[in-house]
Amino acid sequence: MNWDWQIFCKETTTGDQIVGCFGDGRDVTYLQWILSAWGQTLVVSLFALIVALAAGLIMGTFRTLPNSPWLTRLGNAWVELFRNIPLLVQIFLWYFVIPAIFPAMQKVPSVVLVVLALGFFTSARVAEQVRAGIQALPRGQRYAGMAMGFSTAQTYRYVLLPMALRIVIPPLTSESMNIIKNSSVAFAVSISELTFFARQSGEETSQPVLMYLAVSVLYAVSAFSVNRVMGVIERKTQVPGFVAAGGMGGGH
Amino acid sequence: MFGLDLSFYNWDVISKFVLQGLWFSLQLTVVATVGGIALGTVLALMRLSGKRMLAGPATVYVNTMRSIPLVMVLLWFFLIIPFVTGRPLGAETSAVITFIAFEAAYFSEIVRAGIQSIPRGQVHAGQAMGMTYSQNMKIVILPQAFRNMLPVFLTQTIILFQDTSLVYAIGAYDMLKGFETAGKQFGRPIEAYLLAAVVYFVMCYALSQIVRQIQIKTQIIR
Repeated sequence: MNWDWQIFCKETTTGDQIVGCFGDGRDVTYLQWILSAWGQTLVVSLFALIVALAAGLIMGTFRTLPNSPWLTRLGNAWVELFRNIPLLVQIFLWYFVIPAIFPAMQKVPSVVLVVLALGFFTSARVAEQVRAGIQALPRGQRYAGMAMGFSTAQTYRYVLLPMALRIVIPPLTSESMNIIKNSSVAFAVSISELTFFARQSGEETSQPVLMYLAVSVLYAVSAFSVNRVMGVIERKTQVPGFVAAGGMGGGH
Repeated sequence: MFGLDLSFYNWDVISKFVLQGLWFSLQLTVVATVGGIALGTVLALMRLSGKRMLAGPATVYVNTMRSIPLVMVLLWFFLIIPFVTGRPLGAETSAVITFIAFEAAYFSEIVRAGIQSIPRGQVHAGQAMGMTYSQNMKIVILPQAFRNMLPVFLTQTIILFQDTSLVYAIGAYDMLKGFETAGKQFGRPIEAYLLAAVVYFVMCYALSQIVRQIQIKTQIIR
C-alpha cells in the first residue's frame, strides 16, 4: 500500500495533479472536496442541533408540567416516537415517505429534510435530559416560585429552567458530539458530507485508506472542538458557589 | 389513505424478504451484545488496573472508537478485514466483527462506571478477607456491578439493535434491507419504509417497556 498524500491535490474528474492543491473555477481537487464535505457535515450538525435543542427543550419541559396532562402526554409520545425508530429509517421516512404523502414537501431541499430528521431524532434524547434536569431540582425550587406568586410559565422561566439547563450541559455536550457522528448517516440519501465523500473518493482514487483516515481525523477533530466549546459554555454560565449536580461529582 | 397500498404485504413476501433480514438483525444484536460486554469488561478492567501498560492501550482504543461514527468504523473494518484474513469475508461477517469491536468501547464505559459505583468498603472488605485482586473482582465486585448495570446494558442493547440498520453502508442484508428489497421488487418503496419504521418502533418500544420493568425490579432489590 503506497501512502500518496499527493492524491488530495488531484482533480476529481480528470485526475490531473494540480499545483497548490486548489483548482480554480471548474477544477476541484480532492482537498477542496473534503473541505466542502466537512463544511456540509458541520452545517447539517449545527442546524440539526438547533432543531434538537429547541424541540427537546419544549418537549422536555412539557413532560414535567403539573396540571397539563395532555401536554405531558404529547411530550412523552414525542420522545417514544423519535427514540424508538432507527435514525437511518427516520431519514428514509423524511426523504421518501413524507414528500410522497405531502406533495408540498417535494420542493424542500434534501439537506433540510436530513436536518429535520437528525434534529427530531436527537430532540427525543435532549427532551429526556431536560426532563431529568428539571426533576433533579429540589422540590422546594418549584414551591419557591409558587410562593412568589409566579404563574407556571414564570416559575419555569425564572426559577426552574435557568438551573435545570445548567445541570444538563454535560449530557448535552455528549449529545452535541453524537449529532456530528450521527450526521454520517446522511450519506444514505447522498448528502455530500464526510462519510459520503469517504465512500465516493475511496472508490474513485483506489486509495480508501487515506480517504478514510482523513475523514476519521476530521470527525474526531470536530467532536473534540464541540467538547471544548461546550466546556467553555459550561464555565461561563456557572453560578458562583453552586456545584451543578450533573458535573464531576465524587460519590454521595 | 394518502394513496398508500399495503395489500402486497402478505405472508409470502414477508417470509421471503423480511424474515431473513430480521433474523440477521437479531443475531447481530445478540452476538454484538454478548461479545461487546465480554470485550468491554476486559477493556474496563484494563483501564482500572492502574498499570500504564494495560490502561494506556485500552484508553486509546476506547477513545478512538468513541470519536468515529459507527458508519465509518463499518467502512474501515470492511476495508481492512480482507487484508488481515487474506480473503474477503462477507458483509455480514464483517458487520458482526465491527459491531463487537465498536460496542465493546461503549460497554466498557458502562462497566467502568458500574465498577466505580461499588462502594470502596466492598473492595476493602474483600481485601480484608485475604482475597487476591482477581478473586475480589470475580466474587465481590463484578456480580454487584453487573446487577446494577443490567438496565443500562439493556438500554444500550436497544440502541445497538437500532444501529444494526447501519450495516446498510456495507450492503449487508438486515431487516431494513429486507423491507427495501421487497419494496423495490413490488414498486412500493414508500410503503416498505413506512412498514419498516412501524416494525422497528414496535420492537424497540416493547423492549424499552421491558427495560423499564426491570429497572423498577432492580430498584426494589437495592
